[in-house]
Amino acid sequence: MSVGPCEAFALVVRRELRLSFRRPDQLLQPLVFFLIVTTLFPLGLSLQLSLLRDMAPGVLWVAALLSSLLSLDSLFKSDADDGTLEQLALCGQGLTVIVVAKTFAHWLVSGLALVLVSPVVGTALGIPGSVFATMMLSLGLGTLTLSWLGAIGAGLTVGLKRGNVLLSLIVLPLAMPLLIFGAAATDRAISGVSAAGALYFLAALCVFTCTLAPFAATAALHITLE
Amino acid sequence: MWTWFYKLASPPYVYGTAAALAPWFLGLAAIAIGYGLVDGLVFAPPDYQQGDAFRIIYVHVPSAWLSLFAYVGMAVAAAIALIWRIKMGHAVAAASAPVGASFTLLALVTGSLWGRPMWGTFWAWDPRLTSELILLFLYVGVMSLRSAFEDPARGDRAAALLALVGLVNVPIIHFSVVWWNSLHQGATVARFGKPTMAPSMLWPLLSMALGFMLFYGAVLCMRLQGEILNRERQARWVAEAIKS
Repeated sequence: MSVGPCEAFALVVRRELRLSFRRPDQLLQPLVFFLIVTTLFPLGLSLQLSLLRDMAPGVLWVAALLSSLLSLDSLFKSDADDGTLEQLALCGQGLTVIVVAKTFAHWLVSGLALVLVSPVVGTALGIPGSVFATMMLSLGLGTLTLSWLGAIGAGLTVGLKRGNVLLSLIVLPLAMPLLIFGAAATDRAISGVSAAGALYFLAALCVFTCTLAPFAATAALHITLE
Repeated sequence: MWTWFYKLASPPYVYGTAAALAPWFLGLAAIAIGYGLVDGLVFAPPDYQQGDAFRIIYVHVPSAWLSLFAYVGMAVAAAIALIWRIKMGHAVAAASAPVGASFTLLALVTGSLWGRPMWGTFWAWDPRLTSELILLFLYVGVMSLRSAFEDPARGDRAAALLALVGLVNVPIIHFSVVWWNSLHQGATVARFGKPTMAPSMLWPLLSMALGFMLFYGAVLCMRLQGEILNRERQARWVAEAIKS
């Protein structure tokens, strides 16, 4: 039975989603982490809502980056441990399709979930409701890009026993442009300036990584799987 | 025509070449740095605005240039190693990374020492300093990834791929930091514009840059010898080379 690349993509995405929803606690943990980190900042800083509102975009974005990193570690790990990844690599579809499908599914359950939760956190940090659209759009573009950068890092560290810290060390410097433009977009929208420039930059970064990162992540997996 | 290229794949040949080149690089570096230091620290006129404090430029700017140069060198060696499967490329990349990281650290330290009299603080989030800091993080990532693998060949290739990914990202990071800075900072910190330098100040700087580059070549050759000896420690020529 032969399967085309599109079908293989759909099959892998469906498998990943099913696996994730069988483990709802693992699905929720990064989201709870996101909420906890954003709670830490007001406790550590000040209760003044005006001050919080100035810090809010940065706080939101740092928390989103950290909680996405938490779930990235498991992107290839369990499949590599039980040999599924090798089987997928040998199935004749080309590893790139598999990598694209797995990363996209990972974004659906981590990045998109963060985007959906962000209005709650935004309200708690004093971000006005009129900004939510910009904030969610920037977070969506940013987490998708981050998933791609993370796929490279996860591919490079998948064979390592203690790859988690190393993964953060590798991915966070690469993700700094995302933080800059993402926080800037939200910040500008709050102060009533057009956020289009920063959003365009984010979108450009997103397209750029979506185009090149699949090949880098596949090469990384080839190196570590061999 | 390609024989010289293929010779680069042979460890004894590369080891011998590095051993022969190192003293030349070192000697020429000593001349260039010596001239640059004397002319820059003694004969060049003090800056009309910054006085004598500007003289740290003769260490700061060359090390900042070299930090990028060494990164590009490392990434090119890594690309050659990945594409043509030349193991010596990995050795060059592995030898280059700590040197480049040291230049980055030197640029950061001299930059913040310069910032103390000029900005009144050791650290301002100046875009160039910030991207230099991120460059240091990239170096640390590449070096720790290489050493994290138990199988050195795998560590080499993983680090090579990361070096290439980093190379693509360096300009993106740099320009986004510049953009971020123009958004946040405004006129709080008096940035020195880039004044056109007087030739009496510029010549020592160029000489220092050349000297730093030669020094990088010398240290690279020496580290490369150690790296090759360690990698080829099972080979017979290594035992002979050490005995003689």
